Amino acid sequence: MSIKGFIQQESSRRRAMTSGQVTPESSRCVQCGICSYNCPLEIDVRRHAWRGLPIKESQCLTCGECVARCPRGVLSFAQTNLSLGGL
Amino acid sequence: MPQYVIIGSGAAGVSAIEAIRTQDEHGEILLIGDEREGFYSRPGLAYFLTNEIPEKQLFPFKRDDFDRLKVKLLFARVMQIHTADQLVELHDGSKISYDRLLIATGASAAQPALSGAELEGVVKLDNLNDVRKIIKLARRGSTAVVIGGGITALELVEGLLSRSVKTHYFLRKDRYWNNVLDETESRIIEHRLKEEGVRIHYNTEAAEIIGKKGKVVGIRTTDGKEIKCNIVAIAIGIRPRMQLAANAGIATDRGILVNEYLQTEAPNVYAAGDVAQVFDPLSGKSVLDSLWTPARLQGYAAGLNMAGKPTMYLKEVPFNVTRLAGLTTTIIGTVGRGVDEDLIGIARGDSETWRELPDVIACQNNFDVNRVRLLVGEKTLVGAVIMGDQTLSHPLQELIVQHADITPVRSQLLKPQVAISNIIADFWISWRQQNAAQQP
Repeated sequence: MSIKGFIQQESSRRRAMTSGQVTPESSRCVQCGICSYNCPLEIDVRRHAWRGLPIKESQCLTCGECVARCPRGVLSFAQTNLSLGGL
Repeated sequence: MPQYVIIGSGAAGVSAIEAIRTQDEHGEILLIGDEREGFYSRPGLAYFLTNEIPEKQLFPFKRDDFDRLKVKLLFARVMQIHTADQLVELHDGSKISYDRLLIATGASAAQPALSGAELEGVVKLDNLNDVRKIIKLARRGSTAVVIGGGITALELVEGLLSRSVKTHYFLRKDRYWNNVLDETESRIIEHRLKEEGVRIHYNTEAAEIIGKKGKVVGIRTTDGKEIKCNIVAIAIGIRPRMQLAANAGIATDRGILVNEYLQTEAPNVYAAGDVAQVFDPLSGKSVLDSLWTPARLQGYAAGLNMAGKPTMYLKEVPFNVTRLAGLTTTIIGTVGRGVDEDLIGIARGDSETWRELPDVIACQNNFDVNRVRLLVGEKTLVGAVIMGDQTLSHPLQELIVQHADITPVRSQLLKPQVAISNIIADFWISWRQQNAAQQP
């Protein structure tokens, strides 16, 4: 990857991590619990995926550990209504 | 107050309970399961085997979740269903009456017709106990032979590798999962397995598992080869656990036959999940899936119907994301054909739909180990296999599941040597914008 490409990817990744929320796509989830197991703050990410809810806990660091570890691509950073101030 | 009885504590059974409680706060719900551990993530067993999670992580529900749903849990085996009297009979002879019954007994590993299959050291990957057993056997210095196909066979291979077990893999024909993957995809997987140190034996069939003092010491192939090993791991497919229904005179075929409301032939008896062969009014066919999400959706629809809210289950395009030899792979829709000799029927994480003959043209892109294969129909995409880079997984899922009209890009996609990824990504963005504009 070119340096420019890397910087662009890195910058969009950081933007997603600071302004987005971890959002599950429940139809991909098999409730294995790798996400919750790897959360440094012990947020039950898996339960959010079962219910199809974004992680809106204020404790969530958006560190991306759960997103990276999920073996099925369930989790991603997304802008939700919540992160836009509930609009 | 109606009495709901659910047989089977998997995804379908638990989802049914959640659905019932949205309609009926007070009815009694009894969940009967024949595994002491109750509800756990069966697909998660593969990650327990690779040591990515500890055993206790496999349980999505805690005791208070079941308390909140006001469910009585019973660890027992149902021996008989008396449909005329609306009773189930347990292993201890006791009888429980039901107003509505859900059979969500799932599926179990098919047994091989192989001499020595009863020996200690012959394992499968079907339930929590199986994994505990493998972990005990899989010590450094152990040797294993894996037989079978589909996702489960590779989960066994990878689990054993991660526990430093020397692993052999037998394939009956000349490539892996030949009725879902195409040849290039099979070769990618096989190549990665070999790089990890797996010895793949093509065109190889086991003739006999050799034992000594009740334990596995080796395996003999039909062409007379012998391999010393202490583990033989078998994943040749699954069978829906439909004996209870069959014994009760309820119609079965490859699974328990249900209509789009998940009703069996017997009054007030429903079936959902791996055990159910579900009629799909859109295609006019009855099919089996062994996938978590369909099980959940079927269970939920069954629960609503049981509680008096008529709800049709419409089969969605089958879809699974899994790891094959460490490579994340998404399989959507109809992608292959025919019979895989390594499997009897279907395997876990599998759908019968994937191997219907699609009347389509395949086009594909390769970059190192990232690969996208599309199955292009007349107006829509009917299937895709996405290996490695998953950027396109979500867009393709949407386009296929929602039967997006791909006419604007169809001819571009079919040109040789085109950048499929760019075409799909651009098309998906404009398709989404159009869809969003049409929403009120």
